[in-house]
Amino acid sequence: MCAIAGICNSKKFTVDTQVLERMIGMVRHRGPDEWGLHADRGVGLASARLSIIDLSGGHQPIHNEDRSIWITFNGEIFNYLELREELLSRGHIFATHSDTEVIVHLYEEKGTECVRELNGQWAFAIWDGRQRRLFLSRDRLGVRPLFYTRAGGSLIFASEIKSIFAHPEVRRELDLAALEQIFTFWFTLPPHTIFKDICELPPGHSLTFKDGETNIRPYWHLDFTGSSERILSENEYIEQLGHLLIDATHIRLRSDVPVGAYLSGGLDSAIVTALINKFSGARLRTFSVAFTPRELDESPYQQEAVHFLNTAHEQIRCGYEDVAAVFPDVIWHTEKPIVRAAPAPLYMLSKLVREGGYKVVLTGEGADEIFGGYDIYKEAKIRRFCAAQPESKQRARLLRRLYPYQTNLQKQPDCYLQRFFRARPEDISNPFFSHLPRWELTAQVKSFFSDEVKASLAGYDPLSELVAQLPVDYFGWHSFCQAQYLETMFLLPGYILSSQGDRVALAHSVEARHPFLDYRLVEFAAKMPPNLKMKVLNEKYILKRTFGPLLPASIVNRPKQPYRAPDGRSFFSGGGVDYAEGLLAPSQIKADGIFDPSAVAKLVEKFRAGRAIGVKDDMALVGILSTQLVIDQFISTFQQGGSLWTALRQNCAVS
Amino acid sequence: MDSAQAELRRFVIDNFLYGRDGRFRDDDSFLDMGIIDSTGLLELVNFLEKHYGISVEEADLIPENLDSIVQLAGFLQRKLDQRRAGSVPAAGTANCLVAGSEL
Repeated sequence: MCAIAGICNSKKFTVDTQVLERMIGMVRHRGPDEWGLHADRGVGLASARLSIIDLSGGHQPIHNEDRSIWITFNGEIFNYLELREELLSRGHIFATHSDTEVIVHLYEEKGTECVRELNGQWAFAIWDGRQRRLFLSRDRLGVRPLFYTRAGGSLIFASEIKSIFAHPEVRRELDLAALEQIFTFWFTLPPHTIFKDICELPPGHSLTFKDGETNIRPYWHLDFTGSSERILSENEYIEQLGHLLIDATHIRLRSDVPVGAYLSGGLDSAIVTALINKFSGARLRTFSVAFTPRELDESPYQQEAVHFLNTAHEQIRCGYEDVAAVFPDVIWHTEKPIVRAAPAPLYMLSKLVREGGYKVVLTGEGADEIFGGYDIYKEAKIRRFCAAQPESKQRARLLRRLYPYQTNLQKQPDCYLQRFFRARPEDISNPFFSHLPRWELTAQVKSFFSDEVKASLAGYDPLSELVAQLPVDYFGWHSFCQAQYLETMFLLPGYILSSQGDRVALAHSVEARHPFLDYRLVEFAAKMPPNLKMKVLNEKYILKRTFGPLLPASIVNRPKQPYRAPDGRSFFSGGGVDYAEGLLAPSQIKADGIFDPSAVAKLVEKFRAGRAIGVKDDMALVGILSTQLVIDQFISTFQQGGSLWTALRQNCAVS
Repeated sequence: MDSAQAELRRFVIDNFLYGRDGRFRDDDSFLDMGIIDSTGLLELVNFLEKHYGISVEEADLIPENLDSIVQLAGFLQRKLDQRRAGSVPAAGTANCLVAGSEL
């Protein structure tokens, strides 16, 4: 894994390589093994490399035979061996054995269409000197990040926004509409980022920049059309799913360094681990987080999986105070506000992996999106079922099947549960039916906005902006598929794979690979009938049927428990946390201007008194504190640790 | 009673609306207004028990008792009257809702 950065000028022929060095210096955590620059007339490409394939030969940037095409590349192309064979047979001459070089020669053959043949996770920039054109691309599902901005006739791009901010002509300002998006959806809608004028290249898109003109186009779509028809027998679906996931896992083991795995105690990572065992003779190293609060902890299931799958396992324990200790660093890496503290333990986990001598792990990420594992799918199904006969007490009883791990919710009397999960008549046909409860709950954080922010956002509706990004076919899909589309195309890249994935793993130079997100598997699952994914209320039914025999019954049959982490309370344990007190103090809140000081003071008071026990308060506290940390580390100052937390200032490159 | 009603309103504003006065009326439904979520009910019950020393039983947990300032005040009054009449023990006895919660 690596980081990329670059500048492409439309007016000037010179590129300031010192600026480029500063830019790549900001992200050396992503690629600490070596770094390289290539500067040509009007263009500069930089790379920080985490060497995984062709350790000695794969130095970047890499060029083609006549040095007219240059690439800087972050990611992995898992089908590179097959592509290389084909390209060799067409007469291409390779200077390295890296997957990076395969893209260069494939680009020579196919131009910008080359991305359609890649199976992998990538963000790259190709400079085509013959056409004087820059070509940027990002993988289909957004595993790897890519940001860009325009300044003074230049296109400036990088794997992380902090590199772009290292360019002297780039302004650092909060985008309030993007903040409203996060406080509704949990993610920003690309091209928005939380920073004004800094854009995210959407997953599955390519960008070209030539003569000062930017052109952005999708090259891939997730399409659920036709999924209501069962075209294969159940056993045929099982057989094909088996082949696809086995191959997806197999090609993700391609590496010149050892590969480990995350093992959460859930079904998906256990399946991936079991499949790795099929290919690997050596005992697999696995890693997990255990939580001190027992209601969050999955250690017993992790131990069962470890024992059954015979892995060499390491675990890190995380409590409230640990989340508080790492949280500012986590926000330095997520580069955006978050409403759950869940990335923090994964930040600790990648440190454990790195210290254990590993830099590549396979994970079970993506299975819940593409095979319907999340509670939100089940909740939508039950709410819809109850709404058909609102007076039915029998139907309402099914609500008890939702969120069995949320003890406070389970203590509610039936009449209240019915009210909480009630579907309003007008919601039934809403294309966001599944997600309205989550978004409405999250949107309550917006009540903390200052009057000025509320006034400037008056009339802005993030939902209509989301509607505009949906494919036309969306409105004709099965409601289950609509929910899957929202999770897979938006929450997955915008939160799960970024704040909770790439950013916290690469913070410690660890590359995560996700077999379930092999695009062949994603496309196959999208065409599968919804009732094979969730059979009645049995989530991931087809996965359990296909891979159940490889796993202990206790893992296959256990109730689904989503990954959750200590939240708001973390910042008030042990008498409070210095930086949180500073950033949440009324004077600081007033000075930063985003939130209402007295409302925040009431929330803080509620936490201090131990009265905050709800998700709503947790989301508000984490959302407000992380926004304050973004302001402190990226806007007011620009350094890790910000101005209020200089003791932990370490690292990087603003020197 | 008026002071209890004002006190309850203060609690709801501070605890659920974080001090923002809210334009809701004393007879507006907490559920309809989105003021109370699933844990909000537990917070409300905890406040009633701790602050007024009454005991809220499982059978009491219906919107008719707890879904607006007016209903809350009426419910509280009935509970206090019952206690004065000596028919109901003060809080501190087992309560199936709150005993196992994190409150």
